[in-house]
Amino acid sequence: MINISNLHKSYKMGANSLHVLKGIDFKVAEGELVSIMGSSGSGKSTLLNILGMLDEADEGSYILDGVQIKNLSEKQAAKYRNKFLGFIFQSFNLISYKSALDNVALPLYYQGLPRAERMDKAMSYLEKVGLAKWAGHLPNELSGGQKQRVAIARALASDPKVLLADEPTGALDTKTSYEVMDLIQKINDEGRTILVVTHEHDIAQMTKRIVNLKDGLIIEDTLVSQVRAIENV
Amino acid sequence: MFDLDRWNEIFETIRKNKLRTFLTGLSVASGIFILVILLGIGEGMRNGIAREFEQDASNLIFVFPGVTSKEYKGLNPGRPIQFKNQDYDQLLRLYGDKLDKSASLYQKWGQVITYGKESGSYQIFGSFPAYQELENHTLTSGRYININDLDRSEKIMVIGQRIKLDLFKDKDPVGEYLQVSGITFKVVGVFTDPGGEREESRAVIPITTAQKAFGGGNDISNLYFTLNPEENFDASVAASTQFSEELSEFLKARHTVAPDDNSAIHINNSLENAKRFFTLMDMIKYFFWGVGICTIIAGVVGVSNIMLIIVKERTREIGVRKALGAQPLSIIGMVLHESIFVTAIAGFLGLIFSLALLEFVGPMIETQYIYNPTVNFTVAINTVLILVVAGAVAGFFPAWRAARIKPIIALRDE
Repeated sequence: MINISNLHKSYKMGANSLHVLKGIDFKVAEGELVSIMGSSGSGKSTLLNILGMLDEADEGSYILDGVQIKNLSEKQAAKYRNKFLGFIFQSFNLISYKSALDNVALPLYYQGLPRAERMDKAMSYLEKVGLAKWAGHLPNELSGGQKQRVAIARALASDPKVLLADEPTGALDTKTSYEVMDLIQKINDEGRTILVVTHEHDIAQMTKRIVNLKDGLIIEDTLVSQVRAIENV
Repeated sequence: MFDLDRWNEIFETIRKNKLRTFLTGLSVASGIFILVILLGIGEGMRNGIAREFEQDASNLIFVFPGVTSKEYKGLNPGRPIQFKNQDYDQLLRLYGDKLDKSASLYQKWGQVITYGKESGSYQIFGSFPAYQELENHTLTSGRYININDLDRSEKIMVIGQRIKLDLFKDKDPVGEYLQVSGITFKVVGVFTDPGGEREESRAVIPITTAQKAFGGGNDISNLYFTLNPEENFDASVAASTQFSEELSEFLKARHTVAPDDNSAIHINNSLENAKRFFTLMDMIKYFFWGVGICTIIAGVVGVSNIMLIIVKERTREIGVRKALGAQPLSIIGMVLHESIFVTAIAGFLGLIFSLALLEFVGPMIETQYIYNPTVNFTVAINTVLILVVAGAVAGFFPAWRAARIKPIIALRDE
């Protein structure tokens, strides 16, 4: 599904250049649930940004579902993001003046779906994350866990190939974190490829594979026996 | 543009920021308001001045003599010029085909006119029938002098409304007899003059009678001409100016006046004066447009500023939208649309408010130089177009900035 080879990325900071990714080779097959770990500054967010087409690599190749991702125009990038990727953020990033349902429907709006169809589809995803009753509520009327579940529904709405989660439980307490991880595991069980960036070991243990980054290089890439989140709730 | 969801989003953001939107709108609304009011006043001034010129035939050329100021061909300066019947006749022979109306005038000032026990001092003008149109005289009763009266030097008189009121009170003067210096005149008509009371304290008699009765010989005081109308205003002005020059040359040659002596013969060309005023009015109008547009620009800058702040505030949201697949064009559209919508609505309110003000207060304005200030349909349409353009301009830079927001920066956790 994802095939990265020899990926380099550096940022210019005035006269200095900060080499963040120093040649990453990385493959993810369909249906995997991978966690990317590393201390801050290890380059894990940069890697995720490149995977999410929010940033471009200086060197190396990135193939997503058979499509070479390189030198995309903004328009193309927007189209691919919409089609291939679903984002889950640490701080949820729901649009504050839109109801939960409208938030979930937003990617579908950018796909150009007619309104009625959009709303139907968005509603079914809200049901899936167990928030159908909250469809009309604004984000600030929801708890943190609920917000993240709305965000997950939104990420799923465009039926993407890969879900990219950047510290999805970073802003949640342990119990809610596990609930969210439970949801992520269930979605993975259905066969969707998911990448989770995290620095919490217990969360990483709930994925199927841990990739450890340090100073811009992969130092460890191990399959783990998945801990089901539901057992810890 | 007709995307329902887009509208929904705009209303959502506006609802969220009522005060800010209101203040922004206010600056645009007041800009349009000021522009329309200024244009209305400009139009009112134009109307007011046009009305001033209605007093006489608007293309009137009026010639009156003066005193020479330069020595010429052995003649001393300070010599008064006296026009003669022959001057007028010769002019008619030369320019008759160009002239629409013409008259010469023999005038006597301060003549005492008596009717029974009533009497008063008035001006008596001996002239031609065409004098009626040249002075814009309107008959309220009876008739004007005619060519037969001139041929027979009839002792008849058309009196101004003021004289009628002074001497006859409510009585109908037509058919009554008046005394002037022992000569009896029959009143044949009464006229009014848009020039007002001063011009209505005059009596008009045939010029032949005047010259005989008041010892004028073949002296005349003034000449009046109007030219045949041309295709447009500018052509008329050109023809009129040329005629004035030829007239001046002709009369100077005839009365042995130095060609560069401007005090001996005075030619007052209404059309030239009118043109000068209308040019001035146009200048004032452009100035008003300029001031109005500047006010709108101030408003637009306000909107632009606010939109920039909105974009700044929504940076994160725009980043999220982009991450979800929003294309740059749709972001530009979103910001532009809101900006055009806010300026258009606010501008329309300003437009309607100012039009209402002109409509209801305008007719009450009764000063000499402002009359019936209005704004016509074309101007209203123009201002609407300006509004839409203004909205687009106001929104463009913020929209551009919004479209260039990088999601990676927008989404970075603080």
